[in-house]
Amino acid sequence: MEAGFQLALDSAPFLLKGAYFTVILSLGGMFFGLLLGFGLALMRLSRFMLLRGVARVYVSFFRGTPLLVQLFLIYYGLPQVGIELDPIPAAMIGFSLNMAAYACEILRAAIASIERGQWEAAASIGMTRAQTLRRAILPQAMRTALPPLGNSFISLVKDTALAATIQVPELFRQAQLVSARTFEIFTMYLSAALIYWVLASILAHFQNRLEDRVNRHDLES
Amino acid sequence: MIVVEKLTKQFNGQVVLNGIDLEVKEGEVVAIIGPSGSGKTTFLRCLNFLETPTSGRIKVGDIEIDSSKPLNQQQGLVRRLRQHVGFVFQNFNLFPHRTALENVIEGPTVVKKMPREAATALGRTLLARVGLAGKEDAYPRRLSGGQQQRVAIARALAMEPEVILFDEPTSALDPELVGEVLATIRSLAEENRTMVIVTHEMSFARDVANRVIFFDKGVIVEQGEAKALFANPREERTKQFLSKFLAH
Repeated sequence: MEAGFQLALDSAPFLLKGAYFTVILSLGGMFFGLLLGFGLALMRLSRFMLLRGVARVYVSFFRGTPLLVQLFLIYYGLPQVGIELDPIPAAMIGFSLNMAAYACEILRAAIASIERGQWEAAASIGMTRAQTLRRAILPQAMRTALPPLGNSFISLVKDTALAATIQVPELFRQAQLVSARTFEIFTMYLSAALIYWVLASILAHFQNRLEDRVNRHDLES
Repeated sequence: MIVVEKLTKQFNGQVVLNGIDLEVKEGEVVAIIGPSGSGKTTFLRCLNFLETPTSGRIKVGDIEIDSSKPLNQQQGLVRRLRQHVGFVFQNFNLFPHRTALENVIEGPTVVKKMPREAATALGRTLLARVGLAGKEDAYPRRLSGGQQQRVAIARALAMEPEVILFDEPTSALDPELVGEVLATIRSLAEENRTMVIVTHEMSFARDVANRVIFFDKGVIVEQGEAKALFANPREERTKQFLSKFLAH
């Protein structure tokens, strides 16, 4: 057991380097996924059938196929059509595209849950659609969207382990490498698991703080 | 101030408004009464295009919109019209994530780009005007229905509209809160503001409105000077409707 602890300490730099890529991929996936997801949500709510259709097919595809397959498609498949990507950009794109599909559905549902009266009230004082979204609808929709978004973000942190399969030296990959060298399999994967847990906990903490913030008007008089 | 010509509205082929003509003069208070489903609320909502009329023309001040042309191409005009037409909803529709004061100054700051200090001063004055001084920082959830509706009236006033439309402003209120909202509307009438009020409060309509319009089945059945219409309705349908209210 002591040897295991020593190994965990010795291999910490490797694992932390892996954790660094895990964090980068997670944050990137969240950021670009949310951005693209918001665009897709607006398309889903658009007046134009074509935009709605494109967004619907997009969401259907990226939710309906395994993330692992999507990553393989991007990293191993695209070179065959002349698009060669390094592992990290390929993973970043894969996670962003996948996250966007979930973010789209969460945001669309949250926006749709705001009663029509809120749109009408904003319209009645002469607001544009964009002003209405920004000032009246989104602040309220975020309350509804935050818990499921937080869920998806935490899932993403864990799913970044899949990037190990396309040569990204992230946390899980590093743990694999060290355990193959030392045969301290249990110690290494336990260490990796604990680091994922810490990362997910930090995310959950921020999610809670953000939820408190947007729910402020419920709590104060 | 308001001119409506041949306004029609159909929902899925069902005729809700069947060619309404109406003129409202500056400073006039018009009450619209009628049974549920008569089209009176739809008519009011057409006046600021919360409902899209099927055909007809609506003119408010110098803004005229012909709804036989596609409304998409007249969005700018519709928004301009709405800035001149205040609307008070049955369910208040305050922004729940904003305080009373923030609700009131939302229009002036966001739509009219009024500087924040000036808007805040205006907002405070208007909240005091509707009897809510001291409630500036309260969120809607903490206010009674009557207070919320008065904030909503202040929000409409903040745009300095030429006309204010009220859609059954007291129908969602507990009976004991109806009075404070009616008193606020009454005080606006005394300032000679142009207002159109859809209401089920018959005695209020009789006492406050200059003119009363009786709607049924998508048409104006009868209209006239408020007290005269209540005292001596001419049409059989009006008599029948009013008898339920005047019996007691």
